[in-house]
Amino acid sequence: MEEKDTRVRVPCGPGSRDQGDPAAPAPAPAPCAAADTAAPASPVAPAELPEHRPSGGERRDRFITVSDREIKALYEPSDIADLDHARDLGRPGEFPYTRGVHSTMYRGRLWTMRQFAGFGTAEQSNERYKYLLRHGQTGLSVAFDFPTLLGYDSDHERSRGEVGRLGVAIDTLADMEILFDGIPLGRVSTSMTINAPAAVIWAMYLAVAEKQGVPYEELNGTIQNDILKEYIAQKTFVFPPKPSMRLITDTFAFGAERVPKWNTISISGYHIREAGATAVQELAFTLADGFEYVRAGIEAGLDVDDFAPRLSFFFNSHCDFFEEIAKFRAARRIWARVMKERFGARNPRSMALRFHTQTAGVSLTAQQPENNIVRTAYQALAAVLGGTQSLHTNSMDEAMALPSAHAVKIALRTQQILAEETGVANTVDPLAGSYFVEALTNDMEREAQAYFERIEALGGVIPAIEKSFFQREIADAAYRFQRQVQSGEVSVVGVNRYVEKETGRIELLKISPEVERRQIERLREVKARRDHGRVRDALQAVRDQARGRGNMMPVFLEAVKAYATLGEIMGVLREEFGEYREPAIF
Amino acid sequence: MRVLVAKPGLDSHDRGAKVVARAYRDAGMEVVYTGLHQTPEEIVEAAIQEDVDVVALSILSGAHTTLVPRVAELLRAQGADDVLLLVGGIIPEDDIPAMLEAGAAGAFGPGSDLDEIVEFTRSNLRRRGA
Repeated sequence: MEEKDTRVRVPCGPGSRDQGDPAAPAPAPAPCAAADTAAPASPVAPAELPEHRPSGGERRDRFITVSDREIKALYEPSDIADLDHARDLGRPGEFPYTRGVHSTMYRGRLWTMRQFAGFGTAEQSNERYKYLLRHGQTGLSVAFDFPTLLGYDSDHERSRGEVGRLGVAIDTLADMEILFDGIPLGRVSTSMTINAPAAVIWAMYLAVAEKQGVPYEELNGTIQNDILKEYIAQKTFVFPPKPSMRLITDTFAFGAERVPKWNTISISGYHIREAGATAVQELAFTLADGFEYVRAGIEAGLDVDDFAPRLSFFFNSHCDFFEEIAKFRAARRIWARVMKERFGARNPRSMALRFHTQTAGVSLTAQQPENNIVRTAYQALAAVLGGTQSLHTNSMDEAMALPSAHAVKIALRTQQILAEETGVANTVDPLAGSYFVEALTNDMEREAQAYFERIEALGGVIPAIEKSFFQREIADAAYRFQRQVQSGEVSVVGVNRYVEKETGRIELLKISPEVERRQIERLREVKARRDHGRVRDALQAVRDQARGRGNMMPVFLEAVKAYATLGEIMGVLREEFGEYREPAIF
Repeated sequence: MRVLVAKPGLDSHDRGAKVVARAYRDAGMEVVYTGLHQTPEEIVEAAIQEDVDVVALSILSGAHTTLVPRVAELLRAQGADDVLLLVGGIIPEDDIPAMLEAGAAGAFGPGSDLDEIVEFTRSNLRRRGA
C-alpha cells in the first residue's frame, strides 16, 4: 500500500500570515517544542493579564452566536409562554417529532458512527474502511475526488493534479469492486457523497452488490444526490436544473420499487453552512430544498408516501452549542408540519426527519491543531443532544489535509467516549423544556418561515438559484463573519485569541502523485479488456433514454456492468443535457 | 490597481475566494472574479484581457502543485511575468517553497488575516512599481 503518513510540519503559529513574505522564501522550520519547554524568567507583562473590570458589568456589549444572533442574559417562563406541549413538542417518535424520531432514541440504538473517508486509489480507501470498521465504526461513508464528483475520468485533461486528492478516484466498476472488496454490502450501510453523477455511481454500487450475491432489497445506505445545494453552495454541479431533477426523481422511483431500504437523497445543509451561511439560513435553505424535491417527486407522478420515507437530511454541527441543538429540533418540527399539512403525507415516516451530522470543518484551525479535537467534541455533543441518526466527527488535521489514520481514530474515539462514558445517551431529548432551548427552537422555526416566504416570492428554489439569491445571502454572511473575526467580535482560539508564535507538529496524510499515474494505467487496462460492442450499445442506450422520458437507472446499470467509464456515461449526458454555468458573483 | 481572483482546476470551494475578493474591493481595488472551474489557460487569458496587476489563485483541492506552476509558466509565456501572482487556500507548509520557486510571490493558508493579505499585495506591487 502506498498510503504514507509522512511527517510533515504544520505551520507554526498563525504562520500562514507571513508565509508569503518573499524576503523569506522558505520559512525556517520553527522549533515548535521550544516555546513550551523554555521557562521564561521574565514576569508576566501587564498586557498578558486579564483586563480588570468593575463588578456588575458585562464582558461584552453584545453576546452573539457564531451566526450573529444576539442572546439574552436570561430566559424565563415568559419566553415560552406560547409553547403548547402537545402541539409543539409531543413525545419522541410522535408528531411533530421535535423531541426525536424514535421513542427510545439512543437507549434503543446508538447513532451510526460514520467517518467520511476516501483518498487516492480504491485499494488505499478500501484499506482505510477496513481500518475504521475494525476500530468500531458502524457505517461507511465514501469521499470521491473532484474528477469523479464532476464526472471526468482520471485521464481527462481537466483531471490533472486532482486525481485521488480529495477523495477516491472512481473511473469504472472495476474501481468500485476494489473499493468494497472484502466488505459484505449486506452487512454495512454505505453513504456516498456524490451528486451530479449520483445515479451512475449508485448503479456501480448496485452492480457490486449483485456480484457479491446481495439482493438489492437488503442494501442499506445513502446517496447524497442533492443537486439543489450544489447550485447553492457546494458547486459540483454538471447539468442544468431540469435534467438534474429528472435524474433525481428517477432514483426516487427506482429506489421505491427495487431498493426499498436505500435513502435515495441526503438533503444537505452541511455545505450551505460551510460556504458561510448562518444556522438559520442552513435550516431554511435545506428544508426549502427538501420541499422542492417532494414537489418534484409528486410532479413526476409518485405518491408522496412512496418516496418521502426515504428522504434523509444532513446538517452541520457548528460551534455555538445551543443554537445548533435548537436548529436540529426546529428542523424536525418544521418538516413534520409541512409534510403533513402542505403535502398531505399520511405515513408517519414521511413526516419524521432523519439526519446525518458532520461537525463543522470550517471551524477547524491550522493553528494549534490539537485544539480541533476539543472543538469537534463539543460539536459532536450538540449533534447528539439534537438527536442525530449518524455522525461524522472531523479529525484534528482536516484544516490542512485529509485525515491521517491516527487523527481519524481519535475522531472516532471522541464519538465512542460520548456514547459510552458521558451518559448523554441515557435519556431522550434531555434539553426539552429549557426556557432557552425552547425559545431558540421557536425563533429558528419562525425565522426559517420568513425565508420560505422570501424564496416563494422569488418563484421557488430554482428561480431563486438562478437569481443568485442564496449565493448572495451566503456570501454576505461569510464576509460578515470574517470581518467579525478580524475585529475580534468573534473569537477563534489560536487565530485571534491566545495566539502562539509556534504550534506543535502533527502528521499529515500525503497523496503521492503516483496515484494519478497508477489510476490512469488501470483505466487503460480496463478499457483494453472490455467488450467494445457492448460498451457502444450501452452508451447508445443511455443517449436514447436521455432523449426520452423513461427511467435512466436500468440503462446506467447496463452501462456500468459493461465497464463503460463514468466519464463516458457523463459525457453522453453532457451532450444531451448541456452543462450548467453559474454567474461569477462575489 | 486591478486584481483577478481566480479558481483554477476542479476545486469548488469558493468561500475563501469570495471573501478575499470582497476584502480587496473594500480596500479600493478593482476586482474581477473568474468564477469556478477555470483552466490555467482561461485564467491567463482573462488576466491579459483584463490587464490586471495581480492574479490571486484560490486552491483548496490539493492540486496547487500542478496548477500554480502552470499558471506561472503561461504568464511568463505571454510576457506577463510582471503580474503579481499569489496563491491562497490549503497550501501545506512543505509545499510553499515550491510555490514561491514556481513564481508565486506569496502563499496564504487557513486562518490568514484579510488585512495582511491586502497589505502584502499593496506593498509588493509598490516594490514592483505598479
